[in-house]
Amino acid sequence: MTSRSGLSRRTVVSTLGLGSFAASSLLPTAPAQAKDTTVGFIYVGPKDDYGYNQAHAEAAAVLKKMPGVKIVEEEKVPETDDVSKTMESMIKLDGASLLFPTSFGYFDPYMLKMAAKYKDVQFRHCGGLWTKDKHPMNTGSYFGYIGMGQYLNGIAAAYATKTKKIGFIAAKPIPQVLINVNSFALGAKSVDPSITTTVIFTGEWSMPVKEAEASNSLADQGIDVITCHVDGPKVIMETAERRGIFACGYHADQHKLAPKGYLTGAEWNWITVYKQFIADAQAGKAPGNFVRGGLAEGFVKMSAYGPGLSAAGRKNVDAVKAEIMKGGFSVFKGPLKDNKGNMVVPAGKALPETAVELESLSYLVEGVKGSTS
Amino acid sequence: MSDATYPARRTLEALLAPLLALMAASALFSVFLLVQGQSPLDFLDLTWRGAFGSWFSWQNTLQRAAPLLLTALCVALPGQLGLVVIGGEAAVVLGGLAATVVALPFVQMGPVIVLPVMALAGMAMGGLWIGLTGYLRARLGVNETIASLVLAYIGLAIFNHLVEGVFRDPASLNKPSTYGIGDDNMLGSIPFLEVHPGIPVGIAACILCWVLIYRTSLGFAGRVAGGNTKAAQLQGLPVARLAVGACVLGGACAGLAGGIEVAAEYGRANASLAAGYGYTGILIAFLARFNPLAIVPMAVLLGGLGAAGGLLQRRMGLPDATVQVLQGMILVAILASETFYGRVRWFQPRGAA
Repeated sequence: MTSRSGLSRRTVVSTLGLGSFAASSLLPTAPAQAKDTTVGFIYVGPKDDYGYNQAHAEAAAVLKKMPGVKIVEEEKVPETDDVSKTMESMIKLDGASLLFPTSFGYFDPYMLKMAAKYKDVQFRHCGGLWTKDKHPMNTGSYFGYIGMGQYLNGIAAAYATKTKKIGFIAAKPIPQVLINVNSFALGAKSVDPSITTTVIFTGEWSMPVKEAEASNSLADQGIDVITCHVDGPKVIMETAERRGIFACGYHADQHKLAPKGYLTGAEWNWITVYKQFIADAQAGKAPGNFVRGGLAEGFVKMSAYGPGLSAAGRKNVDAVKAEIMKGGFSVFKGPLKDNKGNMVVPAGKALPETAVELESLSYLVEGVKGSTS
Repeated sequence: MSDATYPARRTLEALLAPLLALMAASALFSVFLLVQGQSPLDFLDLTWRGAFGSWFSWQNTLQRAAPLLLTALCVALPGQLGLVVIGGEAAVVLGGLAATVVALPFVQMGPVIVLPVMALAGMAMGGLWIGLTGYLRARLGVNETIASLVLAYIGLAIFNHLVEGVFRDPASLNKPSTYGIGDDNMLGSIPFLEVHPGIPVGIAACILCWVLIYRTSLGFAGRVAGGNTKAAQLQGLPVARLAVGACVLGGACAGLAGGIEVAAEYGRANASLAAGYGYTGILIAFLARFNPLAIVPMAVLLGGLGAAGGLLQRRMGLPDATVQVLQGMILVAILASETFYGRVRWFQPRGAA
């Protein structure tokens, strides 16, 4: 137990006890310790969820080994005023000067309120909502474009499917999720245009019972590759493996959960962002306010290939990935129709992953079975 | 003839039993910590600092306790009539949604209009929802525990459907929410103390409910109905109406909790409302043995454990589930302490010859 801010009776007592002989040896180390940058990580779910939260916690674990950095973490903090208190507690009781509230719903109003109250603390939020002139300068946002990871998942799925039917289990029909569903479907169609993608929305970010039901229901329909966008893909991967179908991962590496069926996966690589932020903070600079990147920028990475992906499949995924890494790749290219027959991207137009149109995307592309409402 | 000190002894018994249970749970939990290689003293010290050690910690504790006071009443009031209603969560979210949506046409008229409208709408919605459970029980004989639980799932689904559908503010892209009531109409925290405004409302509600149950003939009728339904019916008490009434009142409390959370914290209804307040309320109501006054310290205790949980995670590297283990041990110990009542002769009425 270490305590630098706030004296309790226990620390006073123990310091007095030690003081007589250890004061001289304690003093020189104290200033060195005070220079440590204390960084707080806040997660909405468990740190070992094989998903969204684990992706952040894995990066935090790497940071822990860096000199001059002290990491404090708190898991399962709900998107309510509880998170304000967690931030405040990290600032007041742990002396944190840089905070990473990693869940989308933490931003408004909780993080903004705390940023206004603690102006000399830097807040960086994962989700991408920061707007200059609207939000305080001691706040900011970072996020990754992971759609192309799902596009590569789709290519891998196309090589593994025998029934030409693949599935996607999604939390909520919001733009970030729909981009992934569409990218997965378009990736598969780039290999074989006859492949259909069935999407099921569970309605909740974390609802393992429904996720298991959805996985089974997809398998019952003859779908033989599934992927997902929920907070913790654990149960989906396990169910897929048990049903003997293939799975593509999301958020973090899940190959351990489905050693036979795991093809590959779209993972976050947050360490890239966090290292930069902390280097800035240690250099006395304010970290970036609006930081984004995709596969090419090292914000996102792909899991190692599993045994279910054929050599031809690996070759294709590698080739497209190399194309993406060069920059300028587009998944959403015209002419592109939604699954109701409307033209959503006209011929001759290509949307890069940074396109603002994608931020409010509300359709499912042709070849996706399902509905957003 | 009369036993003058009996009421005092009875109160003492009611205080000692949970206190001993708390100590037993702490002892058990210390063993659990030692097995994990952690120091129970560090744990105690951090819990104290995180929950009650400073004014900030108190604010943290009280903020968590605020909605729990009202959601515990949602269990305790029907509980007095022998009904176990566990679906308060839906009353909270639907109450919060109703409070927001009904208030939207009035946002230009300022908080003097908006806040009472929100309170009434939230209470009406919550009362309606839990009242439905009471009706199913009283008129159709459906088990109220199952009915309220199933209705809670339905309520949450309806909430999600509405917030992500007709009531959605199209600007809320990645976190579907209703339109907001506006910053000017929000309920601020208590001046100087910076305490959640739900605290005075919750405490007032607990006191009012206590008066209703223990100091009015209506409350007495309810307790008789809860103690022995057959006897109450023979006395001509309207048992069915009492049951529905208790459910409506309990639901209104939970609905009000939802309305206050919107007015004080979010300004709009979204998935943040479904934070499990309804479920923690069940725990507190049982810990308080359905006594509204005992809800206050129990809510503060659980609020404090929640507040300290973060510090425990950060300083001792314990997972969040540790606090849940402690909560579970406390619950089991306090429920087991029920058997303590009436066992010690000294507390019993004497000299009634």
